[in-house]
This record gives sequence, structure tokens and C-alpha cells, in this order.
Amino acid sequence: MELFINQVLAGIATGAIYACMALAIVMIFQAIDHLNFAQGEMAMFSTFIAWQLMQWGVPYWWAFLLTLAISFVAGIVIERLLFKPLAKAPILTNVAGFIALYAIINSVAGLIWDFTIKQFPSPFGSSPFLGSQLISTHQAGMIGVTIALLIALFFFFRFTRIGLAMRAAATLPESARLVGINTSWMIALGWGMASAIGAIAGILIAPVVFLEPNMMLGILLYGFAAAVLGGLTSPLGAVIGGFLVGVFENLVGTYIPGVGNELKLPIALALIVIVLVVKPTGLMGHTVVKRV
Amino acid sequence: MSTVQESVPAAAVPTVNATARKSSTLGRTTSLIVLAVMLIMPLFVRNFIIFQVTMVLIYGIAVLALNILTGGSGQFSLGQSAFFAIGAYAAAILIEHGNVNYALTLPIAGVICFIFGFLFGFPALRLSGIYLALATYALAVAMPQLLKLGVIEHWTGGVQGLVVTKPDAPFGLPISQDMWLYYFTLAVTLAIYIASTNLLKSRSGRAMMAIRDNEIAASAMGVDISLYKTLAFGISAGITGVAGALGAIAVQFVAPDSYTFTLAIALFLGMVVGGVGWLPGSFAGAAFIVFVPNIAEGISKGLSGAFFGVLLFIVIYLVPHGARQVAILAESLFNKMKKP
Amino acid sequence: MTAMLDIKDLRAYYGQVQALHGMEFHLSEGSMTTLLGANGAGKTTTLRAICNMVRSTGTIQFEGRPLTGKSTENIVRLGIAHVPQGRGTFTTMTVEENLQLGAISRKDTKAISSDIERMYDHFPVLKQRHTQQAGTLSGGEQQMLAVARALMLRPRLMLLDEPSFGLAPLVVRDLFKILGKINREDKVSILVVEQNAQLALEIADKAYVIETGRIVMSGTASEIASNEAVRKSYLGY
Repeated sequence: MELFINQVLAGIATGAIYACMALAIVMIFQAIDHLNFAQGEMAMFSTFIAWQLMQWGVPYWWAFLLTLAISFVAGIVIERLLFKPLAKAPILTNVAGFIALYAIINSVAGLIWDFTIKQFPSPFGSSPFLGSQLISTHQAGMIGVTIALLIALFFFFRFTRIGLAMRAAATLPESARLVGINTSWMIALGWGMASAIGAIAGILIAPVVFLEPNMMLGILLYGFAAAVLGGLTSPLGAVIGGFLVGVFENLVGTYIPGVGNELKLPIALALIVIVLVVKPTGLMGHTVVKRV
Repeated sequence: MSTVQESVPAAAVPTVNATARKSSTLGRTTSLIVLAVMLIMPLFVRNFIIFQVTMVLIYGIAVLALNILTGGSGQFSLGQSAFFAIGAYAAAILIEHGNVNYALTLPIAGVICFIFGFLFGFPALRLSGIYLALATYALAVAMPQLLKLGVIEHWTGGVQGLVVTKPDAPFGLPISQDMWLYYFTLAVTLAIYIASTNLLKSRSGRAMMAIRDNEIAASAMGVDISLYKTLAFGISAGITGVAGALGAIAVQFVAPDSYTFTLAIALFLGMVVGGVGWLPGSFAGAAFIVFVPNIAEGISKGLSGAFFGVLLFIVIYLVPHGARQVAILAESLFNKMKKP
Repeated sequence: MTAMLDIKDLRAYYGQVQALHGMEFHLSEGSMTTLLGANGAGKTTTLRAICNMVRSTGTIQFEGRPLTGKSTENIVRLGIAHVPQGRGTFTTMTVEENLQLGAISRKDTKAISSDIERMYDHFPVLKQRHTQQAGTLSGGEQQMLAVARALMLRPRLMLLDEPSFGLAPLVVRDLFKILGKINREDKVSILVVEQNAQLALEIADKAYVIETGRIVMSGTASEIASNEAVRKSYLGY
């Protein structure tokens, strides 16, 4: 039993990473209605910017805020420059664009900062949290930040005019235009916000997995899984999904014999698929009635 | 947005009729010219080029299989690399452990993959759009790990993989192994291509396309949705398996890490560049995924990824509907010139 | 009196297909005008062309300003509210959020909540359901919500596309009564496209008849209502 509880705790700790990433994914899904494969790389690049700022002597929290601002603007610029021209192209072509962006960012980051792993500081320290060896203060801090972010997003979408406009533009673009919403800018704004949230995710994750251009590869995949499990449209679902995926993954690794590190991801994914087969819209997603 | 379920198939797939274009005379003449070029090409180029064009054909078959699934039935798979791997391993194991003739391994690999695909298609029935993409993605990620499992290491060779002997030309034909394999691949490609176009034109093909365009309406017309969706999955997987088997024979080597998610992504890009739902485009797309990474590496070693991305962006800006758009443009130009 | 909305030589296209063939009409301030016509005559297209939701040529002037080349959202911001066919309700949001969205482009944020209260006076049923998801409303209630949402813009011109579509006759009566009231009391000019010609002619001041993308007849509502041909084709007696 104690093993079980420990593994669940450890799962929640890693789950916080996925939850954070999943939040960024849901954010952009709300804005553009598809998954952005380059999102992990964007977060990685943001994290490198924060690292570089700190190398230049900028204090942690200033670097953090500056990185958020830079990422927000960069997200908007990327949308305006690269994806607005593709607005009328088929969705699959847009997905190809994400893959192209992925390749570009990964390659450029490798050229600027090379592929050696780098230490990234944590503002929360890394001592055991409440005496538990499984959760460090950093991981606890990360869970705290993720939940704070979730609450902030909830209020943003529920109670601000701009949040309302973004939701409207995402659900029914044509009706949104008819009430005077500039849907094209809402998409750009969604990119900016997703990019900033991705930066937060990257900065929180980097102390755990170390900083290098490929750091986000696996995490993005878990993040996708978490977001899909949560239903893709619900930030709360994404966070719950993130924690569940983390716990799943740990329990599978502990209790199913012969499962090494390598098979943890596929089995966790398989479990998610089973969940989806039972509930195809994800845990918190709403069903859409289809008409002919 | 909440209409996830519909978004991918409905909007992503342009209303293509793979069959309609084929009847035009221009299309037919072009196909004949391309075929003639393909037939005499090996006589004039180096072996390495022959090998690369062989790979284009092989990936072309795999992209075509994805096209049948996505363009034909509106389902979307990120797991094609898994079926490619199963086909490749089936061929390698049959040749190396079973001494089966290489040509025979293709249909066997196809049937094995068809069964796998068909079985996988069942759970896939409940899923659509992004959820299906996730399920197939799980398959793609799992496959290399499964191939490394200790239990089957005796047959698969584990992480090391298997070396496959390259076949000689039959009947003592005086041509190189590469050239023979090229013609062999070309013949298989042609057969699959013709069978696929006929499939899409047939009753089953129309049923699949009806599902793609509107699932509910199709079921109201009496199309057995689950049968045709799983069938599409099975056929697509089967064809991918044949491509995988050919790939194993051509590369003479199978190893788990040759069939990662990257391969699935490459096949997907091939489909987009070629034009979703347009079968001839599969080969243009395959040429893109075989040659463009090399070109990018040629421009800059350190930034090859970036240049690949830039080239890909250029292509999708110029022709968001892929090679199919080029073909349509060419045809309208040709028609304009004909009647001034 | 100058026309509030002045349309000249309006042609609209869906891909290669031309749907409007040089429409000309105008609408005076404070009026209630109706466009009549059979299915496919181009009524909806006309409204969509005004809001630049379909490719078109020709000139459209609103209060003396040309609308050509303006995006849909900027046209709306000039004070033209469009209630589209199918109502365009944000079904996953609450009734109140739908009303908030109607006013989303307004600068005077202070007056919005009092406007919402006014809408609840016009349509009491919406008040009862203000926290409910809009998708759970009945057809008639959704139509009222759509009209209320459009009014939240404080428009000077409202375009209504088949407001009676799919509604029970009694509900339609109610709705048109309210539309007349809005037109008179709030000084909102209204251009309404209707299948239910009889009802539309009862409340409108002016009417145009469209056939295959052209205006074939115009006049005051009573002139049109008494016209023999119109009676036969659209009023059915």
C-alpha cells in the first residue's frame, strides 16, 4: 500500500509537468481548433531565452517576466507572419506548417545553444517537500503554479470581455464576426497566450528534465495525451488529464512486469485510448450533436 | 472549438474525386509519359539514384495507402509507420528465417498488415478526428518498443535488427541488383496504383467517400459505416505493409529505430505535399520526403532542419492543396491553350 | 430625405456562380423594409453582401459611407446588426453571455448591463433563462435571443434573415409585434427578409420583390400587398 501511495505521489509530481503543457495545448486549441505540433519547441525556445537572460545577469523573476512578454509577442508574430497566410488552406496543410515550424525552431535552437544539457534554476529549491522524498519543493511549487494558472485562465475566459470574445471566435467564427469581433486577431491573441503559457511550462519543467533543444519532445506528447484525455476544450480537464497521465505512467511502470521505461509511454497511451473508446469526447469535453 | 469530431475529416479533406481527374486525356498522356520515363530512366543514371527512386516508389505506395484512408474514408492516422514496420519485419523474418522467396513475402506482409489494420480499425470506430490521431499515434510510438521486446528477440534480432539479403535478377538477366529491384518495385507500384484507383471508383470506394463526406447521411443511405471504416483501415494498413516489405528488401536491413514516429510524420507530409485524396500526388509527395531532407542537408549541415522547414513552408504557401493543385493549374492552362 | 442604406448595381458570386445581378434599392432612416422573393431569389445573399460575407461588386453606402472593402466585423461596428439565418446562437454559452457578446464591440461598457435589463423587458422569457445554456432554448426563444443579441449592439440598422423560420405561428406574431415596437420606439431601421410575405407586409412600410437576383417590383407595403401578381405568387389568394 505504501508503495502504491508513493507511486501515486510521484505520478502527481511528474503529472504536474504534463498538466502545465496540456494547459498550453488546450489554450491554443481553443483559439485555432487544432493541435500545434510546434508548441513544445516554442516552449523550449522560450526557456532558452529565460536561461540566456539569466546568463546575462538578469535576476530570476525579471527574466521570467521578460520571457513571458517576449514569448507572448513572438507567438503573435509567428501567427501573423506564418499562419495567417494559411488561414484558408486545408487543416492538414496547417498541420504540415506546424511540423515545418517545429523543424525550424529545433534546428535554430541547436545552432544557437548547442545540444549539451544545461542546468536550469528553480525558484522553489529542490529540498524534499514536507519530508517526502518523492515530491520536491520545486515539484510542489510547480503544482501550485499550474493550479494558479488554471484559476487565472478560468477567470479570464469566464469574466472578461476579451475572454468571452475569444471563446466566441473559437466556437462560431461567423457569428462572432457578426457581433463585431475581429476573429483573426483573436486567433493571434490565442497564439500569444499559448506561447506565454508554454513559456511558463518550459521554465517550470526545465529544472526537472534539464534544458536542451529536445527536452520537450516527450513532454509534448504526454501533454497532448493529457489534453485529449481531458477533452481538449476544458482547461480543468487538461490539468486533471495531466495528473492522471502522470499517475498512470508511474503505476504501469511499477505494477506491470517487463515494462521498462521504454514501454511506459505506449501503455499509458493505450490506457488513454481505452478511456476514449468508452468516452470519446474525453473526461471534460462536451458532446457535439452532429447534423446532416 | 467543440466540434472536434467533425473538424478533421470534413474540412481537412478537400472534396476530391480521385477518379474524376483520371479520365482526362491530359492526365492519361501525362501518366504514359511518366511511365515511359520511369521505364528507361535506370539505363542512364547511377545505381545510387536508382536506389533513391526505388525508395520514392516505396514511400509513394505508403503515402497512397494513407491517402486511401484519409482522402477516401476521411479517417486520419498517425500510425502508418507501425504498419510499415510490421510489413518490413514480416518480410525480413520470412526471408531470413523461413527462406521464403522475397516476391512471396509481399502478399503475406500485406495480408498480415490487413488483419492488424482491420483489428485496429474496430476500436478506431468509436474515435474520430483528433482522438483517432492520438490512438494511431500511440501505435506508432509503441511499435519500435514492441519490436525490441526480449520475448521475440530470436526472430526480430532485438535492437540489432535483421540483415536482409538483396535478391538477384531472375532468369540470369544481365542487370544489377539495384536495377532489378527497381523494376520489381515499379511493377508492384503499378499494380497497387491501378488496383487502388479501381477500388475508389468501385461501389466500396463510393461508400467510403460517402462516409468521408457525411457519415450520418451515408448511414441513412444504407452504407454499413463500421464495415467500411474498418475495411478502409485494413486496406490502408495492408498496402502500407507491402510498402514496408519492399522497403526492407531494398534497404536490406530492418531495425526498430527505422520505424519511429518520424516515419509516420514523413508519410503524413508526403500526403499533404502530394495533395490529400489525390492518388497520383502520393508519388510527388514521396519524392519530397526522400529528396528534400537531402537538399536541406546540402544547404547547411547544422541548420538542415531549419532549411527543411523553410522549404516545406514555401511549398505549402505556393500550393496549399499540394501537387494536386499544380496538376489542376496545368490542366486549365492546357485547356486554355487548346481553345484560344 | 437621404437614404440610410443605398445599394447600387450589387452583384454577388458564390465561386463561379453569380447570385445577384445588379440589385438597386435603398432604405430610408427609421423605416421597416421587407425583401420578398421565392427560395433562391437572392434574399439571403443580399443581406450577406451588405455585411461582406460573400464576394460582391457594386456600391453599398451606409449613411453616406461606402462599405466596400470593409471587413464584416468593421461593418457591424458601424451599427449594422445582422441576425443570420439559423440564428447564429452561441449554443455552448449562457443566454446572458450571448447578450454580452452582442455588445462586445461597444465602447460604452457602463450602459451594457442596463441594456441587458431592457432586453429582459422586451423578452421576459430570456430573463427566466439567463443562466441557461443557449442551446437548450426552444427555437422561438433562440430567435428572440438572436434579435436581442443584435439589439445589444445598439444598431441603427438591423438586418433580419427569415426570423419566422421554423417557428410556431403564435410565436411569430409575438416576434413581429416586438420588431415593430423596436422599430418605432428605438428608432432602429429594419430590413427583413421573409418567407411569410403576408406578415412581413403587414408590419413593413416599404417592400421590394426579388426574382433571380434582381429587384422586379418596389413600392409601399400596401401597394405591394394589393398587387395582383404578388398576391398570387406570394400571398396565395
